[in-house]
Amino acid sequence: MASHPRPISPHLQIYRPQLTSMTSILHRITGVFLSIGLLVLIYWLVAAATSAEAFDQAQSIAGSIIGRTLLFLWTSAFFYHLLNGIRHLAWDAGWGFELTAAYRSGWTVLIGAVLLTLVAWAFGYWARGGL
Amino acid sequence: MANLRSDLGRVRGLGSAKEGVHHWWAQRVTAIALIPLSLWFVAGIVFLIDVDRATAVQWLGSPVTLGLMSLFLIALIYHAVLGLQVVIEDYIHTKATKLVLLLLIQFAGFALAATGIIAMLLITIYGG
Repeated sequence: MASHPRPISPHLQIYRPQLTSMTSILHRITGVFLSIGLLVLIYWLVAAATSAEAFDQAQSIAGSIIGRTLLFLWTSAFFYHLLNGIRHLAWDAGWGFELTAAYRSGWTVLIGAVLLTLVAWAFGYWARGGL
Repeated sequence: MANLRSDLGRVRGLGSAKEGVHHWWAQRVTAIALIPLSLWFVAGIVFLIDVDRATAVQWLGSPVTLGLMSLFLIALIYHAVLGLQVVIEDYIHTKATKLVLLLLIQFAGFALAATGIIAMLLITIYGG
């Protein structure tokens, strides 16, 4: 079959960013970011299985400023991906497709992710007795 | 609307993706499993911030943690590989690069799952 220059849809940057498209791409970005966190989790488990020195090193990396920043980002990515994943499962079941419902669930996911991240970190600092 | 699919296509049930719904379904099954498992993991890990190895091993080394952590790692890695596969298929259009990346995440997934579960077994068996 001969290939003709076929009409293609407008490129992504033509579209106005909307909550629905942003929550969609954010699901992918957080998913990829969390996959990187998986490497850190496995390293941490191996360190715990190896020796006290190896584990102390892993803990001090996690406790450093960069470590804590990454862990905070992974926590927020986790709660976002979790809540938005539940939103996707609801869509798969056929619920919440109306535009108003999609916007409402989108904001719920974003605000819920922020709140759960803050609660988890407040609890973490409380459990270890302060900063 | 008239049906545009051939009878053979309908019988095989395969669209342009050349496969059935297995990928889609597995992504959902692992997603549902990960809701309780990941919450259990985060709730457990919060208590292990800043602790020494003896304290961490107390929690990590229990048979219940071994079981749940293994289930968590399997569901998580399966879910991650399926997700990364779609991202690669969507954005990488060079055939060779795509193939190499797809193989890489498959192998990495199995290797990481094996490493994590072996580490958990060692912690459970030998303790601190």
